[in-house]
Order: sequence, then structure tokens, then C-alpha cells
Amino acid sequence: MPHVEHGGADDGRDGVLGRAGLTATGLLVALLAPPAHPGTTAMAGAPPIVIPDTAARAAAPDTTGAVPGVPAPRPARGLVWKDVPDDAGRAVDLAWEASPDEGVAGRVDGYRLLRSESPGGPWTVVDSVAAGVTACRDESGSLQRDVAYFYRVDTRGPGGVTPAGSVTGPVLATSQWFNHTRWSVLVLTMLFFAFVLFFIQSAQGEGKKPFVRRIPGIDAIEEAIGRATEMGRPVLYVPGVQDIEDMQTVQSLIILESVAKTTARYETPLKVPVTYPIPFTIAQEMVKGGYLHAGRPEQYDPDSVTFVSPEQFAYVAAITGVMMRDKPAAHIFLGAFFAESLLLAEAGFESGAIQVAGTANADQLPFFVVACDYTLIGEELFAASAYLSGEPKLVGSLKGADLMKIAIILLVLAGCVLETFGQHGLTRWLATQ
Amino acid sequence: MKREIPLFVTAAVGLFMILSFFVPHQVVSVPADFLQQCAIIVVAFGIVLGGANLLRVNLEAVARRESGWPYKLVLVAGLIVTVVIGLVEGRDFQATGTRSTWIYDQVYSSMTAAMFALLAFYIASAAFRAFRIRTVEAALLAVAAFLVMMGRVPLGGVLTAGLPAPFRVESVAQWIMDVPQNAANRAILIGAALGVMATGLRVILGIERSYLSGED
Amino acid sequence: MSLASSFERLDRRWIFAITGVLVLLPLLWPLNLPLEPSPPVRAYHAAIAALPPGSRVLVSADFDPASRPELEPMARTTLRQLFEKDCKVVVVVLYQGGARFVDEIVQDVARERRRRDGVDYVNLGYKAGDEAVMVLMGQSIPNTFPRDHRGREVGTLPVMSGVQNYSSFALLVSISTGYPGTKEYVQQVQGRFHIPIIAGVTAVTAPTLYPYLQTGQLLGMLGGMAGAAEYEDLRYERGMASRGMDAQSLAHLFIALCIVLGNLAQWERRRKGTP
Repeated sequence: MPHVEHGGADDGRDGVLGRAGLTATGLLVALLAPPAHPGTTAMAGAPPIVIPDTAARAAAPDTTGAVPGVPAPRPARGLVWKDVPDDAGRAVDLAWEASPDEGVAGRVDGYRLLRSESPGGPWTVVDSVAAGVTACRDESGSLQRDVAYFYRVDTRGPGGVTPAGSVTGPVLATSQWFNHTRWSVLVLTMLFFAFVLFFIQSAQGEGKKPFVRRIPGIDAIEEAIGRATEMGRPVLYVPGVQDIEDMQTVQSLIILESVAKTTARYETPLKVPVTYPIPFTIAQEMVKGGYLHAGRPEQYDPDSVTFVSPEQFAYVAAITGVMMRDKPAAHIFLGAFFAESLLLAEAGFESGAIQVAGTANADQLPFFVVACDYTLIGEELFAASAYLSGEPKLVGSLKGADLMKIAIILLVLAGCVLETFGQHGLTRWLATQ
Repeated sequence: MKREIPLFVTAAVGLFMILSFFVPHQVVSVPADFLQQCAIIVVAFGIVLGGANLLRVNLEAVARRESGWPYKLVLVAGLIVTVVIGLVEGRDFQATGTRSTWIYDQVYSSMTAAMFALLAFYIASAAFRAFRIRTVEAALLAVAAFLVMMGRVPLGGVLTAGLPAPFRVESVAQWIMDVPQNAANRAILIGAALGVMATGLRVILGIERSYLSGED
Repeated sequence: MSLASSFERLDRRWIFAITGVLVLLPLLWPLNLPLEPSPPVRAYHAAIAALPPGSRVLVSADFDPASRPELEPMARTTLRQLFEKDCKVVVVVLYQGGARFVDEIVQDVARERRRRDGVDYVNLGYKAGDEAVMVLMGQSIPNTFPRDHRGREVGTLPVMSGVQNYSSFALLVSISTGYPGTKEYVQQVQGRFHIPIIAGVTAVTAPTLYPYLQTGQLLGMLGGMAGAAEYEDLRYERGMASRGMDAQSLAHLFIALCIVLGNLAQWERRRKGTP
């Protein structure tokens, strides 16, 4: 249930409310008078007005369709509002006190929330809730930000619908510039960016590549290409089954350029089947770029990169066909994979090729580990482009990521200790909305 | 300028989308929603590009009578027939009794299910060939695999029904899933997420620019 | 030639043949092995059971015929439980290749439970865009899906009356085979919109979602055919998944045997000192 307070008093938005300018007196008059003109605005600086209901002002219940002999329920009261924080001004929380007849069996079915741009109407129903519910959120698409609205709650029952004697308003839904629940994400993201940029700068300044441990899977890529060259057979490069929005696909395509450069140097054919059209065009550019950087642009074969199908198993069937017919001597599976991973790896094993795989999809790693000669696990895939190029800037970013990991480990340890002693502040700060 | 403009657009849009996560105000959220909708449309239209390449490559292979050309002809025929039938049947192409539905049920569904079913056989042959215990880690892997496999099927429960509840294979398998597997998965998730962020940052800031045209 | 050496040289087609037989036999002659529902499955069932009657529930059925044996039983049983509670069900499909197949399942169960299309349930169909669609649904579902699977305007359907975004639903049920799926819903939707989520996923995907189950971001989970069978057992049904568990039991036993035999062969080879 949204926590609702008397609107406007505690959230520092009096200035905003001040833009709606309707006097308390004017509102009283408007309640008793016929519907006012739409677009009435509250007086500048006036707090939201809640008119306490009195017997004299309580409107008559609507008994259309009511069950004969059953009295109309007494009205709900005390409607209050609060602008939903951390949003784009498209929602307002409302709460009220239940009808005194709530406890009487069969007297109250529920409540209806109505909204108008003026205190006298016309009213539009924006929500309907069951009995027992005394709060709701108006986030209907028709609610506009920075427009003054008035709300009323009606009580429904078998005896009819009784409008509340009070109208609450002016109510304003406003946008906020910052989602305060995401402070922790911002702090950690900025910290990460700072680490990465620092190490990139320092690597550039020093001009030498920072130390990175040996990653056998990445070293094996050149070995695999060399083996294919000796056997006079092509290299098969599979950049995953996802589209370009998956960062693994982006990373795989970046690595493809290094692989293409190596195959160009060794004059080994390269086959790159691709699932989606956008990675397909980028893969073509990467392969062409690789051949260009190797100084062999004339050897580039445009048909080495082929579009197959976005359909997962059609793609696998096509690749296993390539494995069976063209018998590549080296298979490189780098990117996002799903159920087809074992099909690819096992079929590839049967063809006798050397296989190097890498994915950040943890659920597919066991299949690659079992069936491939080398496997890049998780972030080793993302380290590959930096590792292969050796460029100080790229390797510097790896160090930044490693330092962030240490920071996360320390945070986890601190959180465990604090939670053990019943201190939940850190956990609450890290929870976002 | 050929590289600078795409780099600038990448940086601007990338940083703006990061900003939209923190700033709910309509000045940021409305354009961000618009960009997300644009992405959906671009992705949908991209299929035209792929289809054109598919047709070109395979028709050329058929014309040159490359090895396996009859299969490429079947592929092209299948593509054209499915698209034409779908266009002719219009918006209701997925209704019951249409030819598109028949293709989906009798051809597509059956073939994808068959390919997926191959996994069962491949798992068995991979298990036989590759689960060789040569190191301590391999032993842990094999034992854990054995326990989880038996714990996830009723047969495992039947075989260990006589043991106290915490020692039955389903309880042990559940513990393996809840504790060590969970811990390892979290670690890989965090590492991979950091890798994604680092790669994204490099692309956004133009440090990684090899995805642009290869010509300098 | 020793038995172990024979295993080493065994043509893998024998392994395929034995696997096929072991899967086929229990389907013809069921073993009716007893099932014990696990805690994540009980939690899944309880999350739906706790819904007030008449609640509106969003079901995202993101799978295709390939994962049919695992996910179709989950989808059917879930829809049955939801309809039994008189829930209003809105179905969306974000997985390409699944729209027609999911519609078949929804219509089938609805017919069985005598639910009215457009009044008690609706299938909004497939929308391309993956996570972008999930985020857009958080703004407005009618704007994201202006028409349902049959081409009707959603604004005219009683079941969609008052539906804005995720806050209009008491529960999100994500039945998914991969991407886009449950993980994306937890990352993109649960954190932002705080809708309770339960999930039905393939057995391969389930381990990666255990962290979310443990933190409460997922209230319950069905993992693979085993999870689907346990769910059917909780509902006193004997559907596709329950029948399939006998076959899966024997297959698992055989694979475990393959691991043991493979290692026996290796140890014997080492013992004899042959490479």
C-alpha cells in the first residue's frame, strides 16, 4: 500500500503548489455551487484544502439500482494525497478513512475514486477498489503532470453510492529530476567509471601494457588458426546467437577482427555464419577490416560472412552442416549461446576440430567445458579483445574492472557482518526502485 | 568525420540512456522511451536486410551449381513459399486452418522440437566421453553432477527413501543448488556484468572503436 | 579385450540407441514413480493460491515448440490454477516463434475451463523488441499492445478495462525458455515496478535464477520438466510432465552410468599403463 501523507506539507513542493491559485473560500463556494469552469487553479502559496464533511454538506446518495430496504452506506472521509516521488509526474497516491459502515455486513462493497479539474466537477472515475482497501494510486494515462486536480471518494454498497462530503485539492503530480532510490547504483557506477578511466589514463601515460595473467583459451585461438592452416582447412567462427544489443555479441565481433587479421596473415579461409542482420553487416566490416590491417585486402571474400537465420535451431542445423561438409579444422564459439551450445560443441568434436569457446551465459558453460578444448568463462570473454590487442588503454580498463570486483567483495563482506548484527542500513541503501 | 560522427552519436546516446536510468523527469524519460521504440523498429526492419543476403548468397550458389546446391534451392523455395503464403493470408495468417499455421505446426514445430531433442543423445555421449576424473576439480564436478541428476528425478528419491531426510539425494541436490551452485553463479554473474559494463564504457567513450569501418 | 576397453571403443550410436529405448519404454509402460515437490515449486503454487479471487494476472509466455515438453505442462497447469481462482489473465509473448503455439495452449485451457476470450482472458500476442518491450509495458501496456493476437483493439475488451501497466496486475508469471525471459523481467521490471514475479523455466536456465529466488525477487520457480511434474503433483494432476518424469528418471540413471563406465575404462587404462 502506498504510504500517503497530507499532501504538500512536507515535501518541499509548496512552491509548485503555489502555482495553482484557488482560495479556501472560493473552494467552499465552488462545492456548493453548480460545476465550476474547468481549469480552475488554486491560489499561489495556498496549501491543499480538505473540507471536513458535515451533515449539511453531505451530498445525497445515488440510489439508482439499489437493493430496496438496504440503506446507502455512510461516506468515507479524510481523503489525503501525496505526489509519488521519483517519477515523471504521472502518479499520485491517495488514502482515506473507511466508511463507518465497513464493519456492517453487506453495507459496503467498495470505493470509487473520482477526479476533476475543478472542485465542483465534472467528475471522472479513475479507480475502483474493494471494501477494506483505503488507499490507491492514480496513475491513469489521463493524469497529466503539473495540472491541478481535485479528488473525491465515493462509497459503494448495495444501498447505493454515497459521495464523500469532502473534496481534496488542488493535487499536482510533479516530475522529479532524480530517482533517490538509485543513489547506490549511481555511486557504484561512478566509482567503476572512475577506476576504469584512471587505469586507462595511467596505462596511456606509462605507455606500457599493465600485467594481465595468461588466459589459455585466448592463446589457443592463434594455435587453432595455425592448426587449420597446416591442415589446409578453413576456420569456423560463430559469434553467438544474439542480436547486437547483447554485449557478448559486440565483444565477439570485436574479437572477430583480430581473428580475421590472423587468418589473413596465414591465408586461411574464414567462415562466419551470423544469426541477425545487424551483426551480419558489422561482421562483414570486421572481417574486411581484419584483412585490411593484415595488408591483404585482396584476399577478403565477401561471402565468408553469411546470414543464416535468427531461429536458433535453424542456425545450429546450418552450422553443423558446414562442419560436416566443409570440415573446418578450428571452431571458435564466442558470444551468447543457449540450448544450441552442446549441439555445436558435440557435433564439432565429432568432426575432429580443435574448439575454443567462450560465453558469459553461465548455464551453457558446463557444456562448453565438457566438449571443447578451451573455454573462456564469463568475463574472460570480455577481456579477450584487450588481451589480443595488447593496447594499454584496453588492458587498463581490465584493471579498473578488477578493482571494482575487489570493492564489491569488500561490500559483500561488510554487508554480511552488518546483517549478522542486525544492521540493515547498507542493505536498504543498496536496494533500488 | 567518417568515424567521428558515429563515435559522437554512440557516446551521446549511450550516456543519455544511462542518464535516463537515474532521471525520471520527462525531459529525459520521454526521449529515452522514443529511442527504445526506435530500436524496436530498426530491429524489425533489419530482417529485410538479412533476407536479401540469404537469397543472394544461396541463389548464386544454385546458379553456380556449387556442391549441395539442391539443398540451397530447397531453402530458397521454403523461404519464398512461406513469405508469399503469409502475405496472401494477411493479418489472420496465424488463425486456425490457414496454410501458414499448417507450415508452423507440421514443419517448424516438428523440426525445432527434433533439434532440441538431439540434446538428450548428445548429453549422454558427452557424459560418457568427457566426464573423466583426472583432477580434484573434475572429481567434484562429476560427483556434483551425479547427485544433482539423481536428485532431480523421482527415481533418486525412491533409491534413497530409507535415509534420513537431510541425506536423501533430493535434499542433497537441493542443497547443492541453493548453496555452492548459487554462490558460483552469483560470482560469474557479477564478473560478467562488470565485463559488460567495461565493454559498454569502452564503446561509449570511443576507446573501443574497431566496430566501425576498418579503414583508418 | 577387457570390458573397460570395450567401453572406450564403444560406437556412440549404441549410446544413442540405449538412450532412445530408455526414454521410449516408460512412455509406453509408465512406472508411476512418486514425486516430492521441492520448496521452489511449493512457493510457486502458493503464490498463485494466495491471490484474491478475481485478481488480474499477467502471463508472459516466452517459449517455442523446442521447449514444449518442459514448458507447455507448466503453462497449462498455471492457466488452470489461475482460471480456477477466477483470475483475469492477460497473456503476452516476447519470444519469436512462440505466438501461435502459445495461443493454442491458452485457447485450449480456456475452452476446458469455459473462460470467455476478451472477458476472462486475452492473448495480446507477440511483440518484437525484447527488453525494450518489457520497459515500455511499464509505461503503458495498451500503448505497447494496441491490438490483441486476433487484431481486436484492446481498449474494447472488458478484461483490459483499467489496465495501465504492471501496477494493474497482482502477479507476473514468466514462463520462458531463454532470452528474453525471466532474468530480463527480474532485471528490468521487478526492480523498477515491484510486481511480484514467479517463473517457470527450462532445467538448464533454472540454476542461474536461484540467486533471484533466494533474494525474494522471484517468489517461486518451476525448473524444467521435474518442476512441472512436481507442480502437477501439487495440483493432483497427472499431465505431460508427470508422464515424462519416468523417462527422465531412466535417462538420468543411464547418463550417471555413462559417467561411471567412462571413468572405469580410464582407470583401467591407467592401471595397465597404456596411454
